[in-house]
Amino acid sequence: MSATRETDQDFAMRLLLIEDDRDAADYLRKAFREAGHVVEHAADGEAGLALALDGRYDVLVVDRMLPRRDGLSVVAELRRRGEATPALILSALGQVDDRVMGLRAGGDDYLPKPYAFTELLARVEALSRRAAPQAADTLYRVGDLELDRLAHRVARGGKDIPLQPREFRLLEYLMRHAGQVVTRTMLLENVWDYHFDPQTNVIDVHVSRLRGKIDKGFEVPLIHTVRGAGYMVREGLR
Amino acid sequence: MKILPRNLARLVRTTAFKLLAVYLVVFAVFALFMIGYVAWHTRQLIEGQVAENVGAEVRFLAEQYRMGGIQRLVFVIDRRTRRPGSNIYVLANFAGEVLASNVSDLPLGLLDSPGTQFTAYRRSEEPGAKENLAFVQVFLLPGGYRLLVGRDVEERDTVRRLVVRPAQGALVLILVLGLVGGFFVTRRVLKRIDSMTATSETIMAGDLSGRLSVAGTGDEFDRLALSLNAMLDRIEGLMAGLKEVSDNIAHDLKTPLTRLRNKAEAALRGAHSDAEWRSALEGTIEESDALIRTFDALLMIARAEAGQALDTMAEIDLKEIAENVAELYEPLADEQGLDLTVEAGRVQVRGVRELLAQALANLVDNAIKYGLPKDGGRGRIAVRLSRDGDLAVLEVSDAGEGIAAKDRERVVERFVRLDTSRSRPGSGLGLALVAAVARLHGGTLAFADAEPGLRVALRLPALPVEGLAQ
Repeated sequence: MSATRETDQDFAMRLLLIEDDRDAADYLRKAFREAGHVVEHAADGEAGLALALDGRYDVLVVDRMLPRRDGLSVVAELRRRGEATPALILSALGQVDDRVMGLRAGGDDYLPKPYAFTELLARVEALSRRAAPQAADTLYRVGDLELDRLAHRVARGGKDIPLQPREFRLLEYLMRHAGQVVTRTMLLENVWDYHFDPQTNVIDVHVSRLRGKIDKGFEVPLIHTVRGAGYMVREGLR
Repeated sequence: MKILPRNLARLVRTTAFKLLAVYLVVFAVFALFMIGYVAWHTRQLIEGQVAENVGAEVRFLAEQYRMGGIQRLVFVIDRRTRRPGSNIYVLANFAGEVLASNVSDLPLGLLDSPGTQFTAYRRSEEPGAKENLAFVQVFLLPGGYRLLVGRDVEERDTVRRLVVRPAQGALVLILVLGLVGGFFVTRRVLKRIDSMTATSETIMAGDLSGRLSVAGTGDEFDRLALSLNAMLDRIEGLMAGLKEVSDNIAHDLKTPLTRLRNKAEAALRGAHSDAEWRSALEGTIEESDALIRTFDALLMIARAEAGQALDTMAEIDLKEIAENVAELYEPLADEQGLDLTVEAGRVQVRGVRELLAQALANLVDNAIKYGLPKDGGRGRIAVRLSRDGDLAVLEVSDAGEGIAAKDRERVVERFVRLDTSRSRPGSGLGLALVAAVARLHGGTLAFADAEPGLRVALRLPALPVEGLAQ
């Protein structure tokens, strides 16, 4: 659990897991707890909907195929009732149109099964509003690195760093989720808007180019590689 | 030809027969109407002629009376009654005494009512003659004389016999023949329907190779049979594809599954330290990730081939995709020692953005893996997008080893890898997916020699150029 060790414990989240498979639910509950989060569990759609309506949760993790009420319908019903808790849909169906349907039903993210837990954890943490304090700001700041979203300017230690448009969006996404693990697929989805598997380490090369511009010549690196998971922007490791 | 009652009942129930019956009834009603009209018209015509004839005769006789008095009239009538013909004459005085006549048995009082009417009569010169019908006109002459001139109308009935009766007979005959003919026509239709039903039943029983017979007449049954046959071809093709996919899945997923199992087993048998356990577990996760990727690619190919992604089709700017994918892969290509350039004109297609991007990514990925020149110099990859008439042409070319002409058809098959040592990573599904995406979009995938290197061209039907189309 290399990702777990590096995650900020102050961002402990309350999660609702709606999953009917007992083994999967036990495993996820245990893994989320180890990552420092509080997990409640519902084994079918109706029970899950009842719990979720309380609105006490930071993120909902909803399996798509559930007894009594399927996952998409749970999310759609929540949205209909004005409950905006971010929801991540887990599904064995992973094709383009399945994802579109999941997001159309009101899901905020969609993860096809089988998945790596580090991927799920990173995505759940990215969804949590508490974990993304910078999201609405126009100026992101991590250490001495500043990114001005309106002026499209990046500066470190007061010195402007010229970036290509894509590099800017990459850094913007990393900084919005500063302190959180961001996986390669999350970057591909959010920076390039593609959901396919690029097979090779295309993302890594982009990040290493960005790193060359941001961290080169500075004593403290800000873009960190999280082994087996992805990347994280933060001010030094604790 | 023996028609069993059960078969008869089936015949009567068919749409063809019902249509025929309705048509026959409508036809019969029209025919009856026509016959009636003709009969009525003929009758009118004959009666008109008779009346005119009688009127002329009356005028002539009245003229004779004026010229020569009653003697001349009697003389003329007497002469006329001796001539054969269908005219009848009666001349009587005021007392009803007959002065000249060629009829007997006139109804009483007939001579007292001037005007025209029909009446029965008998000719006096033919005793025992049957009673006939005549059109008569009674005329009062000065001096109380009464003149009756008439004409036999049996002719009229003869015409009716000649025209109407045969027409009625013909109508009955037509109805009977129509009904019988209907039975035969319907039987023929029913036979073809039965043969179609029988064929579709064998097909439903599992024999997908069966086809409906086509008579070659180009009628609606042939058109239906041809269209159903085309549908069966498509279904058979899909089924064959499905079978191939499942065979491939069985074969190519079992190999890595076996490796996975072997790794786990070896760890159970041989691992002693924590580090060894850990590396064995990491190995199994790696294997299963590769397995998942293969599985995803297979599913994607299968779905693209089944045309399932058609729902998400939209107007796509290929230029955006070409530039985006090139931009995505450029740093990797650079790191691997290749220069990636992109040259894209504005072309739009109707398609699925994700699939098109994935297809281009696969082509670029291949070019990065296999596009390094043999001499060890820097490689170059060119992504080109252009319009060729109605086609969007998306080309990826490299300066690497290329693909030998004999292998070009084979490379798009699933799990075919020309790199027999399998030293470079890959599932052998990349080009199969590109080919499936091309087919889904109604396009083609072609390989050519870039001298040196490989040029892959993805040709898709392009949308008309905006503004130019008008």
